[in-house]
Amino acid sequence: MIHAGIDIGSRTIKLAVLEQGKIIAHQIIDTGIDPLANSKKILSQYKFDKIVATGYGRYLAQKQFGFPIVTEIKAYAKGAHFLFPGCRTVIDIGGQDSKIIRVSSHGKVEDFEMNDRCAAGTGRFLEVMATTLGFTIDQFGEQACDAKKPATINSMCTVFAESEVISLLSHGENVHDIALGLHQSIINRIVGMIGRVGLEGEVIFAGGVAKNRCMRELLAKKLHKKLLIPEEPQIVGAIGAALSV
Amino acid sequence: MENKYEKMWQDIGLDVPLHKELLESINKSFNATVGAQQNRPLGMKYFDQVLHESHGGRVAELIENKARGNKTVGTFCIYVPDEIVMAVDFIPMPLCGGTNFSVPYAEKTFPRDICPLVKSTLGLAFSKTCPYAPIKSMAVGETTCDAKKKTWEILAKKVNFHVMEVPQKKNDLDKKIWREEVEEFKNKIEALAERKVTPEKLRQNIKIMNDKRRALQKLGELRKHDPPPISGLDALVVMQGALNDEPVRFTQNLNKLNQELEERITQGISPFAKGVKRIMISGTPSVMGNWKVHSLIEKSGATIVVDESCTGTRYYENLVTENDNNIDKQLDALAERYMKINCSCFTPNDDRITDAVNKVEQFKVNGVVHYILQYCHTYNVETLKLDAEFKKKNIPSLKIVTDYSEEDIGQLRTRIDAFLERLE
Repeated sequence: MIHAGIDIGSRTIKLAVLEQGKIIAHQIIDTGIDPLANSKKILSQYKFDKIVATGYGRYLAQKQFGFPIVTEIKAYAKGAHFLFPGCRTVIDIGGQDSKIIRVSSHGKVEDFEMNDRCAAGTGRFLEVMATTLGFTIDQFGEQACDAKKPATINSMCTVFAESEVISLLSHGENVHDIALGLHQSIINRIVGMIGRVGLEGEVIFAGGVAKNRCMRELLAKKLHKKLLIPEEPQIVGAIGAALSV
Repeated sequence: MENKYEKMWQDIGLDVPLHKELLESINKSFNATVGAQQNRPLGMKYFDQVLHESHGGRVAELIENKARGNKTVGTFCIYVPDEIVMAVDFIPMPLCGGTNFSVPYAEKTFPRDICPLVKSTLGLAFSKTCPYAPIKSMAVGETTCDAKKKTWEILAKKVNFHVMEVPQKKNDLDKKIWREEVEEFKNKIEALAERKVTPEKLRQNIKIMNDKRRALQKLGELRKHDPPPISGLDALVVMQGALNDEPVRFTQNLNKLNQELEERITQGISPFAKGVKRIMISGTPSVMGNWKVHSLIEKSGATIVVDESCTGTRYYENLVTENDNNIDKQLDALAERYMKINCSCFTPNDDRITDAVNKVEQFKVNGVVHYILQYCHTYNVETLKLDAEFKKKNIPSLKIVTDYSEEDIGQLRTRIDAFLERLE
């Protein structure tokens, strides 16, 4: 039996295909403005017997394709447990949400925290800030790692932080220092969320933001913990969905 | 609605076109939540009607009553004893707003970062879309919340306003203060009515309010069944009606609904399957116009079996001692009953913790959703004490801090769905 999982996120759509407990294929594409068309596109390229949908677009997939659905919280717990059986805590920072999930030794969700409304402290925040500073999202983390001392960013709101950044630039602040300050501000927020759930066992850092080296280093330092990073941190939810069949 | 009440609205000075927009916005939200449910009890028709007539027929009744010399008294909290108002044939009318539509009108002058309930209420008055604002003869505030306390000072400049001091502790001294506040309120009402609150009238109205509470308690009992014969959202609609409708008529119709629900239990009729996940809502009220979180939870496949809130058990639990014929004893009984409401403005508020834990057991609750209106610090912080107790009993909980807007629906759905997955 071939099982697939599709994770229709706010920024990217991820597909993972599993056969007999092995990942045989995966793909990531941009969600764009037409998640339905892009989901169809990615789905048409693979053969599978069963599929489960997750992510923001899960209801769309349920309605349009009749797929069963799970939340990305359950999917990330399952996916992380599959990749790292000793995992008890998942930190997932995606396009518009960040989540801390405490996972049981069987891969079940024991508790979780999630941002409740705006995209403060998420991948989208980093994207907007990278653009403001003239970096691509792929360069952003590397550039921040070059900083000497982080600038202080007080605002977590994307809109307010942008004006704060502009004001820092106009005061001649170094762009690398500002970049580091922005990364630092997300870390502070995430650490607050972790405090409410607790940090146990092996800690997995997943979601698109885990690809950012600066975020990985800052988080590990702040938590005094070694973080396990999946080879492809974005597809953990899609794997978990496939395992939820 | 090509509306038969248009002239009435014009006469009382409402902004009729804007008021029409408000009704459309409320209807839209009603149809998407309450109206979208399947397998509702037939008796809900009456309570839907209470909602739909809340700006029409009910207002007309109040205006007629006023023509007979019987005034309307606006209230904002279930700590205000309705019985005293009713004892002079006045009508107590809760004025709390549950619609997001009016919030921007309050934000024109009031701070944005206060609770949505206060902003919605003020916005309705400021935008001339609250039909009760112009017809009420007095408004009664209380001291259960800081934003409200300061709001009263501003409203008192334009409206005949009385503030009841709800103490912040429940010691003997506080109970004494509250008893005096109840008496002062009685004097205030008598002065406005230019007639006395007689023991006979007070006795009658204590009975009327107790009957209403008994009917609501009965509804609460019926929801203990698995599966419950009524959705939590419909039970909320009933409760919201309790805060608007004429009490005797309301109780008659609720007793009828309760009968139907008993029949549904015998016949095994329910909007849900046996074994449905049972949720307790705990925290702040959901007043008319606000069906957001109840609807989200039930659309995700669980059901709400009890509301530990001011639009729930806090409103109808505990009766006032009946049959006293001495006004002082009656005021004692009223003060005692109302002081039992476990508002989070009290410190400590440990009776609420004990009560909430008991309810989890009595209603066989699988999970608790803390429903916190944004900026309600006391209910928000109190979740920590509640959770500490729930944890001991292995009861999972989810805290939702939200306002009346729809901007967080996506995140809320994910969080609620994930919470329900946890209960599997």
